[in-house]
Amino acid sequence: MRGPGRWAVLLALVVLAVVMVFPFVIVAINAVKSPADYGSHGPLSLPDGLYLQGMVDFWNRVEFGTKLWNSFLISASVSVLAVVLSVLNAYALGIGRVRGRLSILVLFLVANTLPQEALAYPLYYLAKAVGLYDTQLAVIIVMTVIQAAFGTYLLSAVLGQFPKEILEAAAIDGAGRLRSLWRIVVPISRPTLNVLLIFFFIWTWNEFFLPLIFLISNDTQTVPVALGVLQGEKFMDATTSSASALLGIVPAVAFFLIFQRTLTRGVTVGAIK
Amino acid sequence: MRARTKGYWLYLLPSLLLFLGVIVVPFLMNVGASFTRWSGVGTPRWIGLENYRRLLVDERFWESFQHNVGLIVAMAVVPTAIGLVLAAALFDYIGRRFGARTASALRAMYYLPQVLPVAVAGVVWGWMLHPSYGAVNQILGLDLDWLGDPDLALATVMAVMVWFQLGYPVVIFMAGLQRVDPAYYEAAEIDGASWWRKFWHITIPQIRPEIFVVMLTCTIAALKVFGPIFVLTRGGPGNATMVPSYFSYLNFFQKSNVGYGSAVATVLALIIIVVTFLFLRVQERES
Repeated sequence: MRGPGRWAVLLALVVLAVVMVFPFVIVAINAVKSPADYGSHGPLSLPDGLYLQGMVDFWNRVEFGTKLWNSFLISASVSVLAVVLSVLNAYALGIGRVRGRLSILVLFLVANTLPQEALAYPLYYLAKAVGLYDTQLAVIIVMTVIQAAFGTYLLSAVLGQFPKEILEAAAIDGAGRLRSLWRIVVPISRPTLNVLLIFFFIWTWNEFFLPLIFLISNDTQTVPVALGVLQGEKFMDATTSSASALLGIVPAVAFFLIFQRTLTRGVTVGAIK
Repeated sequence: MRARTKGYWLYLLPSLLLFLGVIVVPFLMNVGASFTRWSGVGTPRWIGLENYRRLLVDERFWESFQHNVGLIVAMAVVPTAIGLVLAAALFDYIGRRFGARTASALRAMYYLPQVLPVAVAGVVWGWMLHPSYGAVNQILGLDLDWLGDPDLALATVMAVMVWFQLGYPVVIFMAGLQRVDPAYYEAAEIDGASWWRKFWHITIPQIRPEIFVVMLTCTIAALKVFGPIFVLTRGGPGNATMVPSYFSYLNFFQKSNVGYGSAVATVLALIIIVVTFLFLRVQERES
């Protein structure tokens, strides 16, 4: 195909790309529109000027700063803790080759595919019993275990390929197991660990179901939970809704841009999930 | 030799303990609760298989699984099919004729919805689809209640999910295509094969493993879907977009039918485990 044909293919793909990005653009346009401007021109016109009051009001009303901090605290803790657990497990399974490793791996894999609904009520009940209900710590613990289940599965395969000679050499030099792990295995697998860290962070940030169940008060909720439950509230008029949507979009797109290089390398890793 | 592997158990210990407390015990408690009548407070009353018997004749339950099938179409089948065509077109057509930069810019645009928390994607579309002030009606010059009309709601949710999922297969398939030996395509071109023939006979067979992974992960995601339903429709109007995960949530936290909700969740878990094993079996047999 040459001549006009090839441009037609490009055009079709560009039109589709515009459709995909359109919701982001229209949300951004309307988030900076004043209610009066929206009332007279509707959602499709360009804004008269930059009206930020809608976003500021929404921010203050739901204490969005607290929500951002909660999301950050939970995601950062989960990603670090889950990577640590994954490394410890993968060290035992991939390098240590402990007995029964295959059944342990299958167990972890099943845990990762299990729907959270089948754990939710008992977790909720247990969290209440031990006084962790409505605390970030409850979400951190549960999400760490779920993410580490996936991380273990992935890292065990990676560490299974780890060059044995290096570890044997270290053992001859008198390095203990913990020292070998910390000084040799971790530094050499750092690229994979970084990808896992970023994935765990973003997956936890985006998580909705478990935080929805555990976090009910204003001081503990995360960004997706707060935005999700506010849908349909009376004060959520057209411009406030789009302002809230934009506030949810910005951090997600920011992470994407910051982590893009690591992520494009890592999406294939995530494919296993 | 024995002593050498023995000490490694210590490294598994923290995870095994946490795993027991967070996954194994709660899962067994859930299965246990599914044999009882329990409101969440007080003592559960043992009723055997009664909840499961009730499930079999509960129309809402069966409908919720039918809606799941629709969501598998929207989240796994359609994105995989469109994603294959897009990935192949970007990789060997746009990439070659308009440069790799054009191809990766387009790929990034298709992928953008995937970076959103699914709840935020729901907020975006809830606003766009609003019957009185939403942008979609304005653009199309229509006056439809996309999410409030029982005949339309499921189709609307499905369309939103296609938008949300599409970028994932595109990115995975484009990565897979980098493995394919260009010699196949060159040989086919010498034979004068059309683009569609190459697509069908080279591209698809070569990236079969990726197609497999995408179908499996997206099918599981569709069976588990909760966030978009919660944010967009809460299962309504009526029962029009009810799915098993939301149905169990409703029984747990709104209707205080913990036993019945547990039965729904247990059945969903079993279905997901069976689907996973079926996929893995087929994959094993093929390779």
